[in-house]
Amino acid sequence: MNKCKTSKEIGGMGHSLKRKEDIRFIQGKGHYVDDIKLPGMLYMDIVRSPYAYAKIKKINIEEAMKVPGVVAVVTGRDLEKYNLHWMPTLMSDTQMVLPTDTVMYQAQEVAAVIATSRYAARDGREAVKVDYEKMKPVIDPYKSMDPDAPVLRTDKAGKKDNHIWHWEAGDKAKTEAVFASADVVVKEQMHIPRIHVASIETCGCVADYDKINNHLTMYMTTQAPHAIRTVIALVAGHVGLTEEKIRVISPDIGGGFGGKVPVYPGYVIAIAVSFLVGKPVKWIEDRSENLQADSFARDYHITAEMAGTKDGKILATRFKILADHGYTDASANPSKFPTGMFSIATGSYDYDTSYMECDAVYTNKPPGGVAYRCSFRVTEAVHAIERMTDRFALEIGKDPADLRMENFIKKEDFPWKSPTGWIYDSGDYHKGLLKAMDAVGYWELRKEQAEKRKKGELMGIGLSTFTEIVGAGPSKDFDILGIKMFDSAEIRVHPTGKAIARFGTKSQGQGHETTYAQIIAEELGIPAENIQVEEGDTDTAPYGLGTYASRSTPTAGAAAAMASRKLVAKARKIAAYLLEVSEEDLEWEPGKFWVKGAPEKSKTIQEIVFASYTNHPQGMEAGFEATHYYDPPNLTFPSGAYICVVDIDKETGGIHVRRFVAIDDCGNIINPMIVQGQVHGGLTQGIAPAMYEELIYDEDGNILNGTLMDYLVPTAVESPSWETGHVITPSPHHPIGAKGVGESPTVGAPPAIANAIVDALSPFGITHLDIPITPAKVWKALKDKGAI
Amino acid sequence: MLKEITVTVNGEKHTLEVEPRLLLVHMIREVLNLTGTHIGCDTSSCGACTILMDGKSIKSCTVLAVQANGKSLTTIEAVAVNGELSALQEGFKENHGLHCGFCTPGMIMRATELLANNPNPTEEEIRWGISGNLCRCTGYNNIVKAVIYAGAKMRGEELPSTEPQFV
Repeated sequence: MNKCKTSKEIGGMGHSLKRKEDIRFIQGKGHYVDDIKLPGMLYMDIVRSPYAYAKIKKINIEEAMKVPGVVAVVTGRDLEKYNLHWMPTLMSDTQMVLPTDTVMYQAQEVAAVIATSRYAARDGREAVKVDYEKMKPVIDPYKSMDPDAPVLRTDKAGKKDNHIWHWEAGDKAKTEAVFASADVVVKEQMHIPRIHVASIETCGCVADYDKINNHLTMYMTTQAPHAIRTVIALVAGHVGLTEEKIRVISPDIGGGFGGKVPVYPGYVIAIAVSFLVGKPVKWIEDRSENLQADSFARDYHITAEMAGTKDGKILATRFKILADHGYTDASANPSKFPTGMFSIATGSYDYDTSYMECDAVYTNKPPGGVAYRCSFRVTEAVHAIERMTDRFALEIGKDPADLRMENFIKKEDFPWKSPTGWIYDSGDYHKGLLKAMDAVGYWELRKEQAEKRKKGELMGIGLSTFTEIVGAGPSKDFDILGIKMFDSAEIRVHPTGKAIARFGTKSQGQGHETTYAQIIAEELGIPAENIQVEEGDTDTAPYGLGTYASRSTPTAGAAAAMASRKLVAKARKIAAYLLEVSEEDLEWEPGKFWVKGAPEKSKTIQEIVFASYTNHPQGMEAGFEATHYYDPPNLTFPSGAYICVVDIDKETGGIHVRRFVAIDDCGNIINPMIVQGQVHGGLTQGIAPAMYEELIYDEDGNILNGTLMDYLVPTAVESPSWETGHVITPSPHHPIGAKGVGESPTVGAPPAIANAIVDALSPFGITHLDIPITPAKVWKALKDKGAI
Repeated sequence: MLKEITVTVNGEKHTLEVEPRLLLVHMIREVLNLTGTHIGCDTSSCGACTILMDGKSIKSCTVLAVQANGKSLTTIEAVAVNGELSALQEGFKENHGLHCGFCTPGMIMRATELLANNPNPTEEEIRWGISGNLCRCTGYNNIVKAVIYAGAKMRGEELPSTEPQFV
């Protein structure tokens, strides 16, 4: 652990400070969207399509309008009059708000019913009758490009197929040459299936349009309130809702996990309705709607290959991806990165040759792709490289830990340029893996496994030694809808030395109210408990790009330190003035300036701040505040070494995760308790896709498990007792040496679990299983191999 | 078609006229404005709406308000007494047993009954005991720790360390 420079009372970096947030949450005094009640507020419910692909012949609203309490029913034709029936996606595609002609996925929004109560709105929804003409949908992405596949996006001029885009990275010719001459080539076809974040709070909003003042207040579940404000202005500016007239408030959010980055039709419909009826409109979706219609995650079909030498040197990798994006490309990526950061798939290993390509296609499914702690597709990238590393080790009969140790990028080789052009900032992969192996007792486990194999018992050990890429990102390459991916902090210190600090990010439980205060405490020496942190109100917080992809610490965390340092520079001037010495004669430690050689002559930060309001030097601006918009010079590259031990029941295929050790390296740690909590949660969101979760569609496009009855979110019983630890390799370019970490565990855990299961089954010739690896899948694999 | 019911909620008696189909969770949240109790699903799976009815933990999304007629309900808002946190509330805070806080009220209400019935549960008993409550943030480890801590506190025993343990 990094050593604390500040006292416990100050509570700067490295203290496991208890959270400021908790006191309201444990007493039911959080403030989430559905808690909001405004005078005259109406409720909206949404009529959804029962079909994956159908023409809308007629929408009959007569019966619905007769339902007591129903105020209005809104269809795509109504929105069309205001040109609000389509909206742009974050990937410069277009998405329907409400359809005028055709529905493109099951559970798509078809019409909205507005009523005086939640119950009346639901009654109205049931009374809306829609005539559909069912069409044959495109469900299998591999068939989406068949000549006889229907072209889904006939709304797009000149679109003659379902191809969205082609992307590639790396050196194709060089990669082909290495593969052609390599001793060993291993190849697997893998599907990283469609899953869903299922945050316990679903999505929703209260749109409150004030006709008199032409002002919209939008309370909503959003991870990126400022970007959303800009999007609303882009979508609705033509009806007078320009950006200064829009206030987005993202209150307490009941988990986001990437599911609350996109703009969903429900939000836009609620705004349109509030605009039309001049009253507040609340929309809160059900869990089923959330699972069936909101942004999915993953759904990458990957052909993965690794080339190497017989003695275990990795020489090259090659990945060919087919990406199922649903009916529109609404994946929440930086605009120049349609596959997100997939090109980190070369992993933690030192080789210089790789080629990867991706084709994205439309299907009759909901849009999405980027969510669920993916760091912009790093989950898929890490799964591919970590599975192939084990696959290669299995092929040549080498221990996968040894193979990793021999191929790791060395500590002294950072900053290191990857075959696809990323500059990894820092890392000590050998140290991390050694620590994990020691903690789990790796070689003892291998001995135990050998004994068990003799007895026919199935035990597996899986490794995952991953490199993340988080903190998007430098303005040269990173933007969302053209807005550069900086983030911001604004710190205002009051006369009595207490502060308010606001940020362009937005916590959904990650503890920003506590940890941002710790960064400022570390820099200024003002106790963290005296620093009030706020996010989420676009009228008050500085513009930022929001919280996702583990970017808060790399971007706004950096901004907090930089803004604080501006304040320390001002404090130095005031201290010199008060102590009547020159600035150069002063020494600083968080909380105090003193005169070199005369430590009794000193001024505390509180005294200095008070002076900035009461006795500031002539010619200096009064007050004590600073703002910083931080444009990161690079991303941060946290890493981890995870080891999973499983026991498998041969007769049932039942999988028991016996141990899971996770060593993370996120550089300097702001709050170890909170990092550990993030890791625990992220690991459970790693076991979930590895063993339980998948959104399944039949060939007609019906979702087969669109409720929590059969979409298996792990309970406390399925979730193992996690063992976690750290090594610390600071990010050299970050002001406080900190890297992001929130998504590392979900990125790193699934391949460790899959590798452990495949390792257990490898004596039977099983080399790969797609996640989620269920007992049924294990049992079938063993059966197919004649093992049972 | 409104029905009159009388319920005691957090010690206070209310006489209300409700639709027979009104779910108890909506009565608590929307009629009584006790918004600590949450809704996380529509299939009785998540437990975010857990409250105590006559001392028993129930999923209030799966009970009609009229069924609560004559009953005594306790929600998260009444767990702290005169600003004094309950052992479980303190346990959750001290052990970082919550992140976004959305499952927390239901989790605490469920654990309240768990500890009332089994004052010294094993880790496995706690995990099974809260298996009707989903949490998406914490990975449950620290929730288990929080319940162990609260149990120790209620039994008057020495409190376990709340420092995070690392390998």
